[in-house]
Amino acid sequence: MAEKLLKIDDLRVVYRTDEATVKAVNGLNLSIDKGETLGLVGETGAGKTTTALSILRLLPEKIGIIESGNIQLDGIDILKATEADMRLLRGNTMSMIFQDPMTSLNPIMKIGEQIGEVLELHNPEMDENTRDEKVNEILQLVGLPVERKSDYPHQFSGGMKQRVIIAIALACEPKLLLADEPTTALDVTIQAQVLSMMRELKQKLGTAMILITHDLGVVAQTCDKVAIMYAGEIVELGTIKDIFESDAHHPYTIGLFGSIPDLTKTTKRLNPIKGLMPDPTNLPAGCKFHPRCDNCLEICKTQEPKSILKNTHMIKCHLYIQDKQM
Amino acid sequence: MEKDINNIDKSKAKIKKRSQLKSIVYRYKKNKLAILGAVIFIVLIIISISADLIVDFEKDAVAQNMKERLMTPNEDHIFGTDQYGRDIFARIIFGSRVSLFVGLITIAISLTFGSLIGATAGYYGGKTDDILMRIMDIFLAIPSLLLAISIVAALGPGMINLLIALSVSQVPRFARIVRSSILSIKDQEFIEAAKACGTKNSRIILKHILPNAMGPIIVQATLNMASTILNIAALSFIGLGIQPPTPEWGSMLSDVKTQMRYYPYLAIIPGIAIIIAVMSLNLIGDGLRDALDPKLKN
Amino acid sequence: MLRYLLRRTFQMIPVLLGISFIIFSIMAFTPGDPAKLILGENATVEAVTELREEMGLNENFFVRYFKYVLDALKGDFGVSYRNKIPVFDELFSRFPTTLKLTFWAIFISVIIGIPVGIISAVKQYTIIDNSSLVITLILTSIPGFWLGLMLIMLFSLKLGWLPATGIDTWKHFVLPSVTLAGSCMATVIRMTRSTMLEVIRQDYIRTARAKGADEKRVILKHGFKNALLPIITVVGLTFGLQLGGAIITESVFAIPGLGTLMVTSVRMKDIPMVMASVLFIAFAIGIINLIVDILYAFIDPRVKAQYEKK
Repeated sequence: MAEKLLKIDDLRVVYRTDEATVKAVNGLNLSIDKGETLGLVGETGAGKTTTALSILRLLPEKIGIIESGNIQLDGIDILKATEADMRLLRGNTMSMIFQDPMTSLNPIMKIGEQIGEVLELHNPEMDENTRDEKVNEILQLVGLPVERKSDYPHQFSGGMKQRVIIAIALACEPKLLLADEPTTALDVTIQAQVLSMMRELKQKLGTAMILITHDLGVVAQTCDKVAIMYAGEIVELGTIKDIFESDAHHPYTIGLFGSIPDLTKTTKRLNPIKGLMPDPTNLPAGCKFHPRCDNCLEICKTQEPKSILKNTHMIKCHLYIQDKQM
Repeated sequence: MEKDINNIDKSKAKIKKRSQLKSIVYRYKKNKLAILGAVIFIVLIIISISADLIVDFEKDAVAQNMKERLMTPNEDHIFGTDQYGRDIFARIIFGSRVSLFVGLITIAISLTFGSLIGATAGYYGGKTDDILMRIMDIFLAIPSLLLAISIVAALGPGMINLLIALSVSQVPRFARIVRSSILSIKDQEFIEAAKACGTKNSRIILKHILPNAMGPIIVQATLNMASTILNIAALSFIGLGIQPPTPEWGSMLSDVKTQMRYYPYLAIIPGIAIIIAVMSLNLIGDGLRDALDPKLKN
Repeated sequence: MLRYLLRRTFQMIPVLLGISFIIFSIMAFTPGDPAKLILGENATVEAVTELREEMGLNENFFVRYFKYVLDALKGDFGVSYRNKIPVFDELFSRFPTTLKLTFWAIFISVIIGIPVGIISAVKQYTIIDNSSLVITLILTSIPGFWLGLMLIMLFSLKLGWLPATGIDTWKHFVLPSVTLAGSCMATVIRMTRSTMLEVIRQDYIRTARAKGADEKRVILKHGFKNALLPIITVVGLTFGLQLGGAIITESVFAIPGLGTLMVTSVRMKDIPMVMASVLFIAFAIGIINLIVDILYAFIDPRVKAQYEKK
């Protein structure tokens, strides 16, 4: 069995403010192999971005606190690493793309320089000419004309800006790419372009990717494995086949699939999941989904379910412990 | 029917204001520095009003007494005496009267005129707005101290002229802030509702817009008063403001340079008085600003 | 770019005209007869009438104003009531001193103010931040002239390190510049701090950190450079305030600049001198605003793009 590139064990992250403590991530377990693409799916507030920021250790200072857990990246203990160590890793061994391309680029710096910067930071011996060539290479890779190197972000459209951001993220050929809803802010047509470009690059460079999204359609197109996240935990995990074709699912997953509008059917109403996301400062006892679950059992209200694993498919639900059928 | 609707509008607006007011007061109270500022300012006002009860104007503050000149602080004269034998403590007390009252009246006058101009410009918009604001901008292009000096140059020094000069120099600033407050409220829905009921424009301005715009205006008024007091002192210092023998903190510092080497208290004490007064107003202004919109606090 | 510059320069003209009109109108309120002022109390009625004719004082208000403007454009701002010397000459010889003082004051404010503001923002809520807030509060509450007196007491009288009056050496400029810098520094610190706080929260700062950049680079290269624009605006704006404050500071330190000239002129009711002084200052402020605008274009490429389109 190939050694995992990234292994997260029992991660617990909170945001501590004067008013309350927000439990953002509650015992998260995740792993990803080299070159694999994992889709991290969940609604807003599930803790997906927090997880990604924790891997990079870029949580807001003093407010975001990693309480416990273990993160191993390529053999390095992330939580024990020094800040200087982390700086060597960021942008180099692992990088992150954020949600809003419109604001993620420095408005007064040429995009060529911004891409060049990440190369400069991690390859100090590289001379200017080599760096320049590399920047050209990357621009071509993401499908941007080389001549636009000396242009400023405001001269680009949203989709092109996102390409620049992807260029920055992949410039040093990282082993792991964290993409936080990279296409949510873009038009659907541009979305498709950017996604297919990311797929190509991924294959070319052999980069593993965690794709954070709430869009199951995007997941189906791009990912090898899928993890469904709810209230700071992974409630279901599996390959694309497991998630999209199997009959056994976590009730939340069923709800997610059910709430997607179907173009082929005629319905009068949409099917939202009843209830609301739990208050992260006051999480329910037992299974965190139980207040919204149609199949809620008595045990669900008091005891946290264990993860049930069958081959590659994991579901964290009492229903399956009982049945032992998946 | 119309009246009913108007009344409902009014009471809705008032209720909104009351609970808003409560939360503003609450936030202000939480701010210790702001409370300190308010307390100091109130003490100053009390002192200035009851000045006659504490010291005698003619005897202590104005009459020259060369036998007692330049006495360092002692039992009889807590702050000592100046070059003319006048009790400095008495002069400081009466000086507070001058600073506070001239300051208050200046702000009252400039606030009134500034609000009228700003409200008209903001509410009617278009050409009126353009012309009025152009004129205000030209005034604002002149540093306020300079404008005040020019007016004093024309009219001559003295308290009334100082009042006129300082008021004129503060009007544009108020006009601007009133105008922007009004612009931001003008487009809100309850104004449209009032208009739809046929409410007269002037009534809309007075009863709906101004009360809601009050917040930033009051903040500006407090801060402007702080800088007005500084300007009063500065102008009096160079002899273009309050004329002797009326005690004024700034003019008390006019000719201390020769004496202050051996009698430092002459220079130190009036300055401290100014600082206390101005700082209290700054604290109040900042406290109000934070209380009105805590998001701005970062 | 050049077109924009020319346009902005032309925009200055109506403002200056407006200011000159306002000041001229204010001066029209002056009680008393200028001709009598010049000739003195014992002048004969005929002499006064003759001088009034000569000076054109009997003409209509607007005619007098236009004459003033036309003369001013030729560089003739009239003759001082006080000493009969052409106003322009005396102003011109004194203005540089005041400008020097003002520039030094702004320089000191910026050199100290910006770093303090940056550190304050980066270390928000710590002792450093709270102290700087207290310091700015105190600085905005101190009357400039009193600060000057205190500095003289300490550094001139007690320690004897620096001179208290005059402008002969560079040492003479130290205390006055620091005095004038007082309130300006408070504004710079506050503005820098609040702008930096805003900038640090921006997404592109997060991107820079995700690249593996160290804090210094993130704060200075990505953060501060973006904060520069509003900061420069404010510094440009304070220039006007500083010129006003310079008048007071010059009095404290007996500096022979525009300020002391103005004060004397006001006391002596030397109207032409007062008018011209105000116009000089207004003009200088206009030029500084223009320069600030140009600097914008160099710092922010988005602004430059706007200018070049025009």
